[in-house]
Amino acid sequence: MIKIKIDGKALEVKPKTSIIEVADKVGIDIPRFCYHKKLSVAANCRMCLVEVKNFAKPLPACATQVMEGMEISTKSKFTKDTQKSVMEFLLINHPLDCPICDQGGECDLQDTAVAYGASKTRYTEEKRVVFDKNIGPLISTDLTRCIQCTRCVRFLKEVGGMAELGLIGRGEHAEISAYVDKSVESELSGNIIDLCPVGALTSKPFRYSARSWELSRRSTIACHDSLGSNIEAHVKDNIVKRVIPKENESINECWISDRDRFSYEGLNHKDRINLPLKREKNQWKEIDWEEAYELIEKNITDIDIKKSNKIGIICSPQSTLEEGFLLKKIAKELNTSHIDYRLLEKSFSENNNWLGCKIDEIESHDAILVVGSNLKHDQPLLAHRFRRYANKRNNFSIITSYDDFYSTRCLEKVIVNPSAYINYLLMILKQVQLSTKYKINSEVIKNLLKAAKPSNEAKRIAKSLLSNKSKAIFLGHQILHLDDGDNIKLVAMHIAQAVGATFGLIPGYANSVGLNELNLNTDNISADKILSQSKEAYIMMNFDPLYDYHSPKKINSALKKAKFNLAISPYISDSFKEFDVVLPMTPFTETSGTFINMEKTIQSFSAVTPPVGQSRPGWKILRVLANFLQLEGFSYDSSEEVKTDAMIEMDKKNEFSLNDFKPSNIERGLEVLNVVRANDSDMIVRRATSLHQNKNKDQSCCLINPTTMLEEGLIEGQKIKISSSEAEILINVKADDNVCLNAVVIYGKQDETFILGMHNKVKIKKA
Amino acid sequence: MLTEITRKKIDGELKKFPIDQKQSAIIAALQIIQTENGFLTDDLIALAADYLDMPKIAAMEVATFYNMFELKSAGKYKISVCTNISCALREADDIVCHLRKKLNINFNEVTKDSKFSLKESECMGACGGAPLMTINNHKMYEHLTPQKVDQILEELD
Amino acid sequence: MLNNNSHKASINSEVFPICLRTSNLEDSSSLQTYLSIGGYEQIQRILKDKISPEKLIEEIKISGLRGRGGAGFPTGIKWSFIPNDSDGTKYIVCNSDEGEPGTFKDREIIKKNPHQLIEGMIIAAYIMGAQVGYNYIHGEIWEEYESFEKALAEAKKANFLGKSICGLGFDFELYAFHGYGAYICGEETALIESIEGKKGQPRFKPPFPATYGIYGRPTNVNNTETYATIPWIIQNGGESFANIGVENSGGTKIFSVSGHVERPGNYEIPMGMPFKTLLELSGGVWKGRKLKAVIPGGPSTPVLPAAEIMKTTLDYDGLKNSGSSVGAGSLIVMDETTCMVSTLKRLSYFFYEESCGQCTPCREGTGWVYRVIKRIVDGKGKPEDIDLLLDVSKKISGRTICALGDAAAVPVLSFIKHFKDEFKYFIKNGKSMMDANS
Repeated sequence: MIKIKIDGKALEVKPKTSIIEVADKVGIDIPRFCYHKKLSVAANCRMCLVEVKNFAKPLPACATQVMEGMEISTKSKFTKDTQKSVMEFLLINHPLDCPICDQGGECDLQDTAVAYGASKTRYTEEKRVVFDKNIGPLISTDLTRCIQCTRCVRFLKEVGGMAELGLIGRGEHAEISAYVDKSVESELSGNIIDLCPVGALTSKPFRYSARSWELSRRSTIACHDSLGSNIEAHVKDNIVKRVIPKENESINECWISDRDRFSYEGLNHKDRINLPLKREKNQWKEIDWEEAYELIEKNITDIDIKKSNKIGIICSPQSTLEEGFLLKKIAKELNTSHIDYRLLEKSFSENNNWLGCKIDEIESHDAILVVGSNLKHDQPLLAHRFRRYANKRNNFSIITSYDDFYSTRCLEKVIVNPSAYINYLLMILKQVQLSTKYKINSEVIKNLLKAAKPSNEAKRIAKSLLSNKSKAIFLGHQILHLDDGDNIKLVAMHIAQAVGATFGLIPGYANSVGLNELNLNTDNISADKILSQSKEAYIMMNFDPLYDYHSPKKINSALKKAKFNLAISPYISDSFKEFDVVLPMTPFTETSGTFINMEKTIQSFSAVTPPVGQSRPGWKILRVLANFLQLEGFSYDSSEEVKTDAMIEMDKKNEFSLNDFKPSNIERGLEVLNVVRANDSDMIVRRATSLHQNKNKDQSCCLINPTTMLEEGLIEGQKIKISSSEAEILINVKADDNVCLNAVVIYGKQDETFILGMHNKVKIKKA
Repeated sequence: MLTEITRKKIDGELKKFPIDQKQSAIIAALQIIQTENGFLTDDLIALAADYLDMPKIAAMEVATFYNMFELKSAGKYKISVCTNISCALREADDIVCHLRKKLNINFNEVTKDSKFSLKESECMGACGGAPLMTINNHKMYEHLTPQKVDQILEELD
Repeated sequence: MLNNNSHKASINSEVFPICLRTSNLEDSSSLQTYLSIGGYEQIQRILKDKISPEKLIEEIKISGLRGRGGAGFPTGIKWSFIPNDSDGTKYIVCNSDEGEPGTFKDREIIKKNPHQLIEGMIIAAYIMGAQVGYNYIHGEIWEEYESFEKALAEAKKANFLGKSICGLGFDFELYAFHGYGAYICGEETALIESIEGKKGQPRFKPPFPATYGIYGRPTNVNNTETYATIPWIIQNGGESFANIGVENSGGTKIFSVSGHVERPGNYEIPMGMPFKTLLELSGGVWKGRKLKAVIPGGPSTPVLPAAEIMKTTLDYDGLKNSGSSVGAGSLIVMDETTCMVSTLKRLSYFFYEESCGQCTPCREGTGWVYRVIKRIVDGKGKPEDIDLLLDVSKKISGRTICALGDAAAVPVLSFIKHFKDEFKYFIKNGKSMMDANS
């Protein structure tokens, strides 16, 4: 600790801290534009210059580290005069258009000018004009207002993962630009709107729709991935006008992903339903709630539930804890254990399906191995923590089939077919076993290990896991979408045990962990099984049966066979044709509820706006439904009461035991990799229009490694026919050497591709 | 695609730097490409960036920062005249006037036949030879007089 | 070869070539020529006799050699900053990015005597334990860049560069790097950024290049003339060098004389020579006119009116006492017909044009200053403009990451200080005092 004085106040501070960090900690205000605690220090705006005793020149508080005996004056005349002159320089070329600027009322420059600037300008020359650039559908530019602080440039390079913006030109003509008129593509790009201290970068979808002082700010939890980012919805006239991050250092820091920021555009999409719908002569007819419940009651009570499992229930992994609990309770009352939330999985082991550590502990490991995750799309913001880790500590390895982590420094980057994951992990396990003498009882694994011949990469990965103190192995949730996912998980867990590593699985959706903790599927019956055994009725909640379930063909034929199908959904579309009744539920912004995120943090939230039309929160729909069905124990008055019971239910959860290795015969040949892009993950984001305006050519094609293309005689841009057991489509092919050999990447959950189903074998043919 | 010759030249420059620091060769790469092409286009800048495994925008920053790079089509002969203090004191203005009149163009313009373009330049570090100019960046002419300028231009085809 | 007795040159009349000592020889830049005057003997002697870096640094300290790029920092002290305990690559860099208006001495060294510079850099590399060096050459002097590449090839072929120099076990690679038109790259951290393939935007210091330079490695940056002086100092001893100049300003220095003189050019002279003598050496003010003012070290040093500079000696203390400084030794001579307002306009335009744009006061302030002066020259000046110019310049100065902000303020402050009447006249009459009679 070293002793310093700031504004006469004696302090003991850690060495290597900057003056501005000290000031922020003790609540002394130093104005700044370029400095941001999460970005590298640029020291270019000069607004934070302060007087330091024995220095003739003022020093930038952001870039100057405290030294023993330093005396800093942030309020002296010298400091004030310096700051005033910098303010004057910043304003000479800044337009006086605050009344029409979207940043007005929440502008750092405006606020600082009032506090530190002069009231009159001495500058009478012409002001600079900068032409605006189109950097995509999310961010609007008014570059004449830019003060060249480069926060946006540094963010995209350091957090976004790719240098997409730069300061081109020099001197007075330096301006922010992308390469030509290229759109910014980072999944985190919206954060530069928050970072911009002036109105140079503003939200395009929000533009001109409200002034900042007209908005009520309400906190909630983002629902598009399992991170559980804390967000603030800004509401005017009961409509969410924009979403910004709410700082939570241990979860989302001060950032959010673009889908969490802009998905609100999907909330009031034309597909939203305001009243219950009944299917009549292939047409939807609006009916009132009373009629809808009576219809459901009639159809359900027709079923002889004395025999078990006559009804199948499938819900989204985005369902709240309360919804899940009520569904589970209804299932029990209806004598069915055929209830599941796993829409994409083909492997169903239920143990350890969470991160295995706290989110902010990830980077404290000395070595990390990630297997089979499309981090950028699955968990756009979590990916940033891995990127930061990888760039700082050269001890990050990844084994994947499609490398979307390209801008990151990796110790080892292994790109292999999904079917080769298991061999790779066996090689690592064998190598690890050599030095740990870790015992494995399973005869099957023992035999497989005998045959394994560790490659050099596997040896190096093993070495990094062995030679470091604390380490972690994380699997992507795609692993569970594979037929041999449970085997992969098992071997990975053996490796983790052998080397003493944290083991984690990065769950896919907002409440995957919550529903798992709730033990929703007590008998571990999979959605797959529920659909293949014909049911008399199905209840499906909060997902698109064709886009979000991996086999449209299977789900459609199951629905066709059933006598009665009920959907509970905020939206209606062609996907719901096989349903008899659709009840309008509210999306996450119009309901209270609870999500449990990847690190098992329980986060409850309230509605930020009232329900649209006559739609109702999911938990209320289920409660009334139960009442109509005359089921016992559903007299809840609030979601909090439901939560209380749900928590008790969670306490009863048994630990699942490890299954043994089940040898599976994996067919070789062309493998399919379904990558769900960040903006296609669920019903809400798919309807958020701005997020999709940017859809470039790459997204409506499939990706194949150039070497494989050569072998298959394919050329870039060619149309090919892809057929699965479900359907066939025509699609353009694009060469991408980030894809493993002998595989094709098909973006899932898209209009052009959903019909193929996901994670199926495919064949390709030149069209 | 960059031509074989261009790539060979860039590879030669790359030998000057550690293998994981290819970006160091960007100024040289852009110079090589410009010398071949006369000026730089967005696409050429992107090709250079790709060749050196660096972000396109970072190459763009470099191309727009150093002012011997031309981002607009230049004449076959780009004439850069220094007008900084030492040249100005030795009547660089007369040289500029003479060139403007002779070529009938202003600074940052190209003659109709695309043969010449004219640029104002900052100090070239050869003030003992003032007034001076360069042609196509790499050839310097010192102690200029209007007569000498005429002679130099005449010798260019 | 020079012998020790000839080291006392008259500071009153003679040039004394050290860096330019091959200048008058035929084929002055060739390896052959350099070898004929004892070139590359010093590095061989050092390696053969295993002379310790500490001993060599001591010799350089005794010589009193100060950085010739403008800042004048004692070279011996600077070289002792490079951490000698660090593993991995260390770099030494020669700053030949000569863009300060009026400066053209480094070009002369590269053109006339490149091998002495190379030998100087090898010795520096040996002293600081560097394995790789770069000579960063101003883009506009392309022919010199190419000729330096040739000199490097010659040196490499003769095994003065590369693995085990002259078979004596010391490895050093030296490369030429060309700029492409950015004055700011003469600032050492901007130059380092440029070598890394980036825009030349100066870095905030600390950390200094000695600990965090190219690719984050320890790096020493010196001016061309500084390195080129080293072989002579090692050959003849630090004391011989110190004895040539005057106290506090050891040795010789190349002064670049440009502007209104009969014979513009480079004059390598003993430090301490009166300006008057150098003016005579360069043929006096041209066209028989009278001297008005001189910028003694490039535009980032304050201008001095004739009366002041004619009393001054050309050394660190002499110029400091006159209210200016040696800078890069770039004497810009202005005769009695020079309009100081228009001249300041050109210099302000230069700083405005060359500001990198990184920090606010320089980016915004240099444009402001230029526009006000331009307005005055356009005949639209206002009486309050003079105070405005002084105030804005003072607010740029001392508030930027690098010294360009300070440099930009210097001409404004010094021109107005010494020639305020001309500015007032221009504002009042809408035309230059020099045009008063027309």
